[in-house]
Amino acid sequence: MGIIVPPGSNDPAVPKGGDVDQLWQGVNDAIQEKGFLLTQVDNLVNWARAGSMWPMTFGLACCAIEMMHAYVSRYDLDRFGVVPRPSPRQSDVIIVAGTLTNKMAPAFRRVYDQMAEPRYVISMGSCANGGGYYHYSYSVVRGCDRVIPVDVYVPGCPPTAEALVYGVLLLQKKIRRTGTLWR
Amino acid sequence: MDLALRDLGEYVQAALHEAVLSVDTGRDELCILVKTPALPRVLRYLRDDVNCQFKQLMDVCGVDYPGRAERFEVVYNLLSLTHNRRIRVKVRTDERTPVPTVTSVFNSAGWWEREAWDLYGILFLEHPDLRRILTDYGFEGHPLRKDFPLTGYVEVRWDDEQKRIVYEPVKLPQDFRNFDFLSPWEGMQEYLPGDEKADGKH
Repeated sequence: MGIIVPPGSNDPAVPKGGDVDQLWQGVNDAIQEKGFLLTQVDNLVNWARAGSMWPMTFGLACCAIEMMHAYVSRYDLDRFGVVPRPSPRQSDVIIVAGTLTNKMAPAFRRVYDQMAEPRYVISMGSCANGGGYYHYSYSVVRGCDRVIPVDVYVPGCPPTAEALVYGVLLLQKKIRRTGTLWR
Repeated sequence: MDLALRDLGEYVQAALHEAVLSVDTGRDELCILVKTPALPRVLRYLRDDVNCQFKQLMDVCGVDYPGRAERFEVVYNLLSLTHNRRIRVKVRTDERTPVPTVTSVFNSAGWWEREAWDLYGILFLEHPDLRRILTDYGFEGHPLRKDFPLTGYVEVRWDDEQKRIVYEPVKLPQDFRNFDFLSPWEGMQEYLPGDEKADGKH
């Protein structure tokens, strides 16, 4: 929030907690005074990207239960613009929720390849992070980062819904800070 | 012991005496070991006989006893809703001798026999579609055999030059670690760690 920048403020990408009120006050004043706002394309684009991260529905195991908890009413990721999509073509981020097996790996990579740029990856839970409980198994990939590049790792077995929400917020922060039009 | 269970065991043995090798009623469970070629006939009898009526096949499992000459057992768990009773039928086999399929008796056996083939390498004669069911496409070996290593032989990763998933021999940078310090199976200590001073002797 607070990414549309009133003219005059310096590094606006990530406002500090106390500055947010001031920032919105500035936005309000500018609109009241002139009826329009000036900003940079980068900032606008990052604001839009961070505000509507649509994750690919990719629940592989028990972590998917916690992922569902994060989506529905108590934690309600919808309020961050995070709406699960059934198609990789419509997704910006893929949440790898669960154990990635050898048999699933090619299908998983294909889903990732079908997502449009810019795309982000959240690895959720011990199994997706590094194999976890199944690290020594004959049938499990030892971390989904062997197959795709990962942006945010959420630890836990499974992570709580809150932890996943925190991971989503971290990814939002990363998107704002990276601040480039092309990824 | 459950008398009805023993009666049923004796009844089955009397009816199928040339096929049944042994009847066990230990732990209040009826378990019969039968000759491998006679298996479909035994299961058909247990399904259709009016005193048995084991109309549901609940499960088919494999067991590996690496010390035996006939190292595998195939276990069929049957349920009779009519008599509220369960029975377990076992056959023994090795890597080469096929077990006759029971898909002609119980349709549900198909996938379970595929699973036993996949994980143990137990062959089933005249199975309609004996393919692997659980493991990876092109997987080699039968992972639930006792001589199959835990980590298997191959691992996968994405190769960015070939643009595909590649299989490589397993490399474990992290050695296998055992965190179960309190297991009685590892040789029980006189004192559990942290308890040395509990009785004041130390």
